[in-house]
Amino acid sequence: MAKTDIGPPNYKKMLPPIIERNYGKWLYHEILKPGVLMHVSESGEALYSVRAGSPRLLCTDHIREICALAEKYCDGYLRFTSRHNIEFLLDDKNKIEPLIAELTSRGYPVGGTGHAVTNIVHTQGWVHCHTPATDASGPVKALMDEIYNYFITMKLPNHVRISLACCLNMCGAVHCSDIAILGIHRTVPKVDNERLRNVCEIPSTVASCPTGAIRGDMKNKAVTVNDEKCMYCGNCYTVCPAMPIADPENDGISIWVGGKVSNARSAPMFSKLAIPFLPNNPPRWPEVVNAVKNILEIYAKHARKHERVGEWIERIGWERFFSLTGIPFTDQHIDDFDHATETFRTSAQFKWR
Amino acid sequence: MAKSDTPLLDELETGKWPSFVKEIKQAAQKSPMAKDLLHQLELSYKDKIGHWKHGGIVGVKGYGSGVIGRYSDRPDLFPNVQAFHTLRVNHPTGWFYKTDVLRRFCDIWDKHGSGLTNMHGSTGDAILLGTTTEHLQPCFDDLSDAGFDLGGSGSALRTPSACVGPARCEWACIDSLGLCYDITMTYQDKMHRPMFPYKFKIKISACANDCVASVARSDLSIIGTWKDDIQINQKEVLTCASKIDIRKEVCDLCPTRCMEWNGKELKIYDEDCTRCMHCINLMPKALRPGKEKGATILVGGKAPIVKGALLSWVIVPFMKLEPPYDELKSLIERVQDWWDENGKSRERLGELIQRLGMRAFLKAVGLPAVPQMVKAPRTNPYVFFWPEDKEKEVK
Repeated sequence: MAKTDIGPPNYKKMLPPIIERNYGKWLYHEILKPGVLMHVSESGEALYSVRAGSPRLLCTDHIREICALAEKYCDGYLRFTSRHNIEFLLDDKNKIEPLIAELTSRGYPVGGTGHAVTNIVHTQGWVHCHTPATDASGPVKALMDEIYNYFITMKLPNHVRISLACCLNMCGAVHCSDIAILGIHRTVPKVDNERLRNVCEIPSTVASCPTGAIRGDMKNKAVTVNDEKCMYCGNCYTVCPAMPIADPENDGISIWVGGKVSNARSAPMFSKLAIPFLPNNPPRWPEVVNAVKNILEIYAKHARKHERVGEWIERIGWERFFSLTGIPFTDQHIDDFDHATETFRTSAQFKWR
Repeated sequence: MAKSDTPLLDELETGKWPSFVKEIKQAAQKSPMAKDLLHQLELSYKDKIGHWKHGGIVGVKGYGSGVIGRYSDRPDLFPNVQAFHTLRVNHPTGWFYKTDVLRRFCDIWDKHGSGLTNMHGSTGDAILLGTTTEHLQPCFDDLSDAGFDLGGSGSALRTPSACVGPARCEWACIDSLGLCYDITMTYQDKMHRPMFPYKFKIKISACANDCVASVARSDLSIIGTWKDDIQINQKEVLTCASKIDIRKEVCDLCPTRCMEWNGKELKIYDEDCTRCMHCINLMPKALRPGKEKGATILVGGKAPIVKGALLSWVIVPFMKLEPPYDELKSLIERVQDWWDENGKSRERLGELIQRLGMRAFLKAVGLPAVPQMVKAPRTNPYVFFWPEDKEKEVK
């Protein structure tokens, strides 16, 4: 019988000796070039981190290749970042360039530091999820191919965090990203009351609906959906498998902008709706890729240095965001959920150009 | 050359960004499961719909979480992914690895599963993507022998995660890694045996840059900060002046305008500073967080389902955080007890506070109201008074 509740491997046993020696003693850091960080300690020692992009979905043989690189260049120590990048931790400056040369020859992008687009945090999509409205890895790959140069350079006004969630459950914090890509459904769930009787609890199914669109009929052990109240979140399906909501022709992607989690300058803020719907068009989702690239490039052109996407939009105003990007403003952009009125403008202050 | 049977996915093998399709194909050379996954995914690309059935409850002995059941809805076409379950493996805090450990992890997964992983999942866990029901227990046994354990899933404490912290960051105001590991070890039972109304997430960022997005996605957010003055090295400020425009890029962008630069000396009016990190981010060599360090504790953050997304709310503006972290752990337990007692099924902490009121929450967990909790006091006159407070006044 295996031991239980032993917890994860102790991180202290995973730290390279230079980090063990200088834990909590770091004085400052510099970004030597895209993808290369230098952290200098009170002791005078310097740690070099080389950051490489990853598809996040990795096979074991690829992980072994990463291990071999870490063994060759950094005594077998590495880490992953909170945005799925790989970081090689070196104590010898002379090994940086040979490592980068080898990474580049093997197809690893080196970058994702400073004022760049770093790796896209994303969910499982069609690869492994049971409620997706779109794929995750596919749109991410297609988009990163297209905006690759923003990963390997640091030419943006500030860093841009892009995230993707394949449904409204949002595994991962896409609701606070500079640019968020969100899978959405657009049709009401198809209730199978025969099946529902056997596999679902009616009260919890009714309670799962944020807008009160589901009515329970305890006598007949059935539920009905009020189509006008349903905004297709899919939460009822999570609770009750007899209410499938996926619909190949109507599922797709919405685009959100201007969120952040850092406190630097402005407080953390939610992303706001930019584009209500774009079609699922595998394998390369051209509509989604073009829409995100357009927003990114308009931001790169117009934002002032150090402005995050949300800060830029707050300065120029939403009307100018829509006119600059050429994105049509629709009644879907006007909130109608709880607290919607807080987003309605109450001033006579506008921008017309 | 034979015509490919995955033409849509093959498209995603081209381009400069590393390809997940190449990963699946590489795994497919060894694993029939990975091969069927590839073909099922191709069918999804053709049909524009997922091909996984709803849920499925599977697990390992003694645990109620850590495994996500997954079954194909086309086992007739793809028998090797009929069952294709996920194991969430608790990552080493900070996602640091020694390669011998990582290699052993890979060997176990090749023996028991598809060979496909996520390094890492959104929860922070190392995700083992796809194995059969029969392999779950032996896989867990081997993982346990190698020093690994499962993470949280379902209505449990989810795997706590932390930013890189003092291991490699000069801005760390708390030992995010030490604290995260301590909490993880202390609450193993709450992670592995779901006993809550819904999920509960704890994420730890060692400064207000919040590199693990703690404020956006944790029921209990811990974000490092300090209380005294920013440490200035005026000599290094002068060096910085040759690289950046201090007045324009630092002083003018300071949200509280608490800094002045006269070309020789940087003056900070610390009483106005809100510790947002902007100036420190721009001049790491010249400016450092103060010496009186600790963390802000916030609660209620979550993604939209069910009642809308929430950012966490401040409940303790400043708490010193040093081992054994008794004050924090006592607070975590009071918060969870109140939520467990009052929360409805699938109601997150933030939603419960919305339903019952911050006032009731603060009273239940024994925290005093302080101005740092609000952006502004209320604007409506619908004010409640506690009966016992009124009685005190009468006396």
